[in-house]
Amino acid sequence: MATENGKQAEAESRQSPPKSRLLLSLRLAAVLATATATVVMALNKQSIRITVAVVGTSPILQTFTAAFQQTPAFVYFVIANAIASLYNLLVLLLRPFLRAKPRDILVHLLDEVIFALVATGAAAAASMAELGKNGNEHARWNPICDRFEAFCIRGGLALMASFAGALLLLLMNAFSTFTLHKSVLSQD
Amino acid sequence: MPSPAHPEASVIPWQTSIASDSRTKMAKTSRLCSLLLRLLAAAATLCAAVVMATSHDSTTIFGLTLDAKFQYTPALEFFVVANAVGCGYTLLVLFVPPTTSLSRLVIVFDVTVAMLLTAATAAAGAMAQVGKKGNSHAGWMPICGQVPSFCDHVMGALICAFVGVIAYFVIVLHTIYTLLSPLFP
Repeated sequence: MATENGKQAEAESRQSPPKSRLLLSLRLAAVLATATATVVMALNKQSIRITVAVVGTSPILQTFTAAFQQTPAFVYFVIANAIASLYNLLVLLLRPFLRAKPRDILVHLLDEVIFALVATGAAAAASMAELGKNGNEHARWNPICDRFEAFCIRGGLALMASFAGALLLLLMNAFSTFTLHKSVLSQD
Repeated sequence: MPSPAHPEASVIPWQTSIASDSRTKMAKTSRLCSLLLRLLAAAATLCAAVVMATSHDSTTIFGLTLDAKFQYTPALEFFVVANAVGCGYTLLVLFVPPTTSLSRLVIVFDVTVAMLLTAATAAAGAMAQVGKKGNSHAGWMPICGQVPSFCDHVMGALICAFVGVIAYFVIVLHTIYTLLSPLFP
């Protein structure tokens, strides 16, 4: 009796093909989105030369650089998205070994943690991006997007990709929660 | 002494086996746990919202008044609103009876509110870091030297919000693995 119940639960915990295909495609899309965000932000650097003084008739130029490493929020953003994309890639590659019940649940738990990571990275980077675009006149912080246009545009694209990745991870989590425990739900 | 063939008549309908006593105990313990966690989360988010909302400081340098309020920064405004929403939602959910269809909906909203709180804490944390250290590359001077009381309030609010976020994470895990799988070992 116990072994029959166990086998039935095992069979029910494996999702039907359309559902597992949906989860697979969501995970693949999340890998692409987070990888895009990582790469675009990691290669985000812009240097401009501005005239700082004029001596006689010749202007003195100085080079100013904006790079993602200068802002801890962006560094965290890159690291969080890199971890998320590598984790999801790993889960995709190791799918055959992760069908057993305890490993299934471990993957689900880690999915939630990784989603939280991506969400916090995107939130922190978004607040820094808003500050860079609008500045804060009360703190005498000038916006930088008027000088460093390409930097801001690339940062914005990376941020959008990360938000898309976070949304995909959320959908994947929600879906996985309701299908993983479907065998128990049907008993209620 | 109830036998397996005749279910014991009790107030909780799904008790049918001899092990019903231990199940009641487990259900009661998990309900108490959930209640305590939600109270902790409500207290922490309320504290964070209030401490951030009462943070204002001003200083005068060379006749110029530099004042710092949370309304001047969108990220901190979002922080206050998110924590207020989280507190209100948590107190509301305390009145939802468990093991009904409404409690399944509560799981979805729990996850949403947990994510809202984490995003708000992350955004406010990023702003606080810039306020404390500045950003020499962008020419942004740190302001904590001029308005120390404001910075202290923001730090206190962030700590409370972190406690709330951790409590919510544990609540979400607890709700998923007790409500959705009562037979989970």
